[in-house]
Amino acid sequence: MADVVVERGPVARATGARKGSSLRNTLGRKSTVAFLLTLPLILLIALLVLYPAFYSLYLATLNKAMTKFVGLGNFTFLFKRETFWMVVQQSCIFAITAVIFKALIGFIVAHFVHNIPGKKQRKWRGMLLVPWVIPPAMSTLAWLWLFDPSYSAFNYTLSFFGVGPIPWLGDTFWARFSVILVNVWYGAPFFLIMYLAALKSVPDQLYEAASIDGANWWQKIWHITLPMMRNIIAITTLFSLIVTFANFDIVRILTSGGPLDTTHLFATWAFQVGIQSSDIPLGACVSLFMVPILAVAAIFILRDVNKRGNEA
Amino acid sequence: MSTLAIDKAGPSRKVKYGSMSRDRTWALRWSYFFLVLFAIFFLTPPVYMLITSLKSSAEISAATNPWWVFHPTLSNYVELLTSNQFLRFFWNSAIVSIVVVIVTMLISIPAAFALARMKFWGSATLATGVFLTYLIPDSLLFIPLFKMLGVVQDVTGITLLNRWYVLLFVYPTLTVPFCTWIMIGYFASIPKELDEAALIDGASWLQTLTRIFIPVALPGLIAATIFAFTVSWAQFLYPLVFTTSVDQLVLPVGITTTLIKGDVFNWGQIMTGALLGAAPPLIIYAFLMDYYIAGLTAGATKG
Repeated sequence: MADVVVERGPVARATGARKGSSLRNTLGRKSTVAFLLTLPLILLIALLVLYPAFYSLYLATLNKAMTKFVGLGNFTFLFKRETFWMVVQQSCIFAITAVIFKALIGFIVAHFVHNIPGKKQRKWRGMLLVPWVIPPAMSTLAWLWLFDPSYSAFNYTLSFFGVGPIPWLGDTFWARFSVILVNVWYGAPFFLIMYLAALKSVPDQLYEAASIDGANWWQKIWHITLPMMRNIIAITTLFSLIVTFANFDIVRILTSGGPLDTTHLFATWAFQVGIQSSDIPLGACVSLFMVPILAVAAIFILRDVNKRGNEA
Repeated sequence: MSTLAIDKAGPSRKVKYGSMSRDRTWALRWSYFFLVLFAIFFLTPPVYMLITSLKSSAEISAATNPWWVFHPTLSNYVELLTSNQFLRFFWNSAIVSIVVVIVTMLISIPAAFALARMKFWGSATLATGVFLTYLIPDSLLFIPLFKMLGVVQDVTGITLLNRWYVLLFVYPTLTVPFCTWIMIGYFASIPKELDEAALIDGASWLQTLTRIFIPVALPGLIAATIFAFTVSWAQFLYPLVFTTSVDQLVLPVGITTTLIKGDVFNWGQIMTGALLGAAPPLIIYAFLMDYYIAGLTAGATKG
């Protein structure tokens, strides 16, 4: 989107110059109007996003009572704690596994939806997007109940196949599995919708030409679908990586980080340390560790978004 | 067996045709088969919510088949909908979401208009900045915001923490960037001739905005409104951190904190509450699905 503005720049300047200085006043006025129109947006972003972001950097350098400057003391303290490294590890496992499965399920289901006739697609798409529409805090409660240790509906069903009972949230491995499962359940429909939109934009002629040349379905996916969807896949994956990495609701409600802090993500641990144990500087410090990964993902997204703008 | 039959059928061209359409029928059948499997996976939690919400506590604690309701009852719904506390949560959520939607639109429409149509110093940077802001997650900002609100409270004497109206200031940070971003996309897709014609006819900038841009970009406006509403309705982290008193809570936090009392989980009521909490976005989605999806895909496809 930014490119549209950029590209229009020289044109606007050229016409402005051609029409001479009489227009300059009106242009000047126009930019004042434009500035006033964007002022609330600028104020909002500056006061409630940028300022807190930098404030958090400052907070991270204070001691627990926030009376003394300790420099990087909080950071070195974190590096020495085993829990911190566990949170780093679990955040990465959680985000990467969840995003891969979301992307895979989204890609596969998008193909199935794309395969069926147009009129029925609407109905199926509507049904499959439901997990994304329900507020995650609400749907996670349903999962919590499905995983309930004594009345688990899953274990009840599995018992007929001679499996279980599985300690869904009581055991480290299963708890990690469960939080990822719920996240995949919640996020896969988003990928589905994005990929479906991308699939529809691939011209049918390409597939027809490929079938005439004798390509099989795998070759069609590898040589036509994936290259055509490359940008959407990249943007969606990176975007989802950010959201998943910063996830809070699901882990908070499902396990609160337990058992023994093994399912904590940066967000939930920062909440526990900063708000519940009221060590605000340490909490700020924990949440700041999200920044590098978010920044890398954001840079790539921006690059892809700009590229899209240039292609269009 | 079947290939033999087709071989007899005639020229080779027909064979190709027959096998292709047969492939397609099979692909269709498999598609339906897997779609049903995935639909079961995707719909199990909401359906289970509904099943549990119709059960009495006695039926839940009796170890019967959890997937079936033997004695359906609406007592959970009656209990919640007559409880002042629950209605208070619902009211808080509704008022916060509606005000946030209005504030979001008042901020993002003029800004998007300016960024899409008026070139000014730094406008390109600002547009990119808006997009970047959208990528900043709530879990990065809740701790500094909490402290900031505390400081503001100490300095000005205005109570902000533990009041529902604090959410009115905080939620727009989540809704405004995305709404501005997709509105820039919709506004930029309007042909320039349209607003040039209006300007030539003597319309002011405000008039071009209200008479041309808003009506033409109405689908985008609806998509942005739906987005702002669902985000504010679903937000969990900020209200969890900034509000604690029972009468100040919004629905998601209210249900998770008050219905779970110690180790006693009243699952019938929790599921009913969760279902009622999920109802407004679901109803909006059911009626305005196309706008909802347009808003969802706009971020990456229009951007």
